[in-house]
Amino acid sequence: MQKKSLTQEELSRRWENIRRNWYKFSRNPLSITGLVMICIILFFTIFAPFVSPYPESAGKFINFYEASQPPSLNHLCGTDAFGRDILTRIFFGCRYSLIMGVTVLLLIVPVGVVLGLIAGYHKGSWLEIVIMRTTDIFIAVPPLILALAVCSVLTPSIFNAMLAISIAWWPWYTRLVYGIVSSLKEEFFVKSAEVTGASKIHILFREILLNCISPILTKMSLDMGWIILIGSSLSFVGLGAQPPTPDLGSMVADGSKYLPDQWWISVFPAFAIMLIVLSFNLFGDGIRDTLGVERG
Amino acid sequence: MGKTIKFIAKRLAFSVFVLVGLSILIFVIARVMPGNPARMALGARAPEWVVERLREEMHLNEPLYVQYYYWAKGALHGNFGISLVTRRSVANDIKAFFPASLELALYAGIFMGIIGIVLGTISGWYANTWVDNLVRIISYMGIVTPSFVFAIFFVLIFSYVLEILPTIGRLTPGVVPPPSVTGVITFDALITGRFDVFFDALKHLLLPAISLAMGPLSQEARITRASLVDNVQKDYIASERSCGIPERTIMFKYLLKPSLIPTITIYGLDFASILGNAFLVELIFNWPGLSRYGMNAMLQKDLNAITAVVLVLGLVFIIANIVVDLTVGYLDPRIGLGTERSSE
Repeated sequence: MQKKSLTQEELSRRWENIRRNWYKFSRNPLSITGLVMICIILFFTIFAPFVSPYPESAGKFINFYEASQPPSLNHLCGTDAFGRDILTRIFFGCRYSLIMGVTVLLLIVPVGVVLGLIAGYHKGSWLEIVIMRTTDIFIAVPPLILALAVCSVLTPSIFNAMLAISIAWWPWYTRLVYGIVSSLKEEFFVKSAEVTGASKIHILFREILLNCISPILTKMSLDMGWIILIGSSLSFVGLGAQPPTPDLGSMVADGSKYLPDQWWISVFPAFAIMLIVLSFNLFGDGIRDTLGVERG
Repeated sequence: MGKTIKFIAKRLAFSVFVLVGLSILIFVIARVMPGNPARMALGARAPEWVVERLREEMHLNEPLYVQYYYWAKGALHGNFGISLVTRRSVANDIKAFFPASLELALYAGIFMGIIGIVLGTISGWYANTWVDNLVRIISYMGIVTPSFVFAIFFVLIFSYVLEILPTIGRLTPGVVPPPSVTGVITFDALITGRFDVFFDALKHLLLPAISLAMGPLSQEARITRASLVDNVQKDYIASERSCGIPERTIMFKYLLKPSLIPTITIYGLDFASILGNAFLVELIFNWPGLSRYGMNAMLQKDLNAITAVVLVLGLVFIIANIVVDLTVGYLDPRIGLGTERSSE
């Protein structure tokens, strides 16, 4: 009986916490704009096969009767050299961008965070030296260059592009978590868990990790935009998604051959990239302000 | 002073370690590639014995660590092997292409620093007015726009619509480049007193350098503004105001210096984005630099060239970071140069 009421109290406290954070988040019109934009983008990408005007344009499709048409009521963003509807391809392209962002985060966050936890908790031991010096090596080269290099030796495909970005990006999470953990491990709540004989797994994941969640979440929401930017750069040079997969970066590259006369082929996908990245940045800034994470 | 020298020595030693690690990393990445690099270099129609000879030449039949040993031995002597595609010495190619990239990165870095700090200062000075809002909107757009999109838009606007700026190469065809002293055309032109060439080179630099700088300079402007706005509320500024020190003096003498520390701290990271994006921007502007060379090597899977280019750019990035750390140490004496900094 006692236990149940306790959990209920706990639940209501958490609920209160969420409500307070939401209030803080929603006071900032920019954060809300970001959230609304993300919701709209999500709607159009998830339901892309149903809401796009010409779903067949997403794949191998050629219709020379309608090739290279300027924006009109039939084709809101015009058509490309193969007669494919650009708007449709943007919807599907956003889909790949979002999938890329989420997949990369799913790949790197667990790895980066666990390594950071281990290195931070064992500060001063050989484990810390091995892990942190490895991150130094990965960080010694600009991420886009490392991703390009990895991509270039693999067969170009959207999956290998994700792998390449992950290889270039994981050290940042390790460093972030390492920094927090190495200051937290001297705190009393960790010490008391240690003296009561809690297992290392419990201390790392239940005591310390929970206190790193805010910065990690903030970094994830901001990184979504960066990953999509890097992904589009890779496919811009042809090292990412391969045709006929609709991808925003490669659409911009294709269209740049037809500039300036057929500007719509590359300009609209470019706007789409900017819009996605902008919405995630606005949202991420909002999260950072709400959770009170230091800028940096 | 002794402290600074000790710091530099320590950082250099660390850089050697990082470079060795980086070379192993790049080497392993380049060698785990599926397929036969020798076959790829020679094409599908090359006879089997030629492929086999190239494999022997590249030590591809030996274990990985032996391959690395041969490669590292060469690299220490400044020999990065022979390009698998052009059959030319990679080291010579790098020497030939490096100055153009250095020039571009240098100017992009200067634009980024100056414009970013000026915009950020204006924005922070006029905080919460329409000027501030305008700058903030512009810098948001700068951050979210990929540099290749800037490059394409600039080409579209300035060379097709307005036709005022060139978009290809380093000099107008027909202009005789000054004798090479440093390899950086603008410097060479100034040294030899050829001002016409200097302005021609500058005109060619403008669009690619600004395309590269747009994103990072927006980042710098945002950081500068944020730290200015933070520092304005500090007590020491209030006490200076109460003493009747003119606003302008407060701004330039007391406020700007501490506010620039975060800006310069992230300068290293922003420089990374310039180096990375140069791979795309040099391709678009047909800039004969190391990054375009590297990009072509990547597209043709030219392993020796890829390894060397990544390593050289890694070295440039490491040096840039040491310079950034020294500057921050100078601006903020509280930050001991000996302590490890997390923001490298």
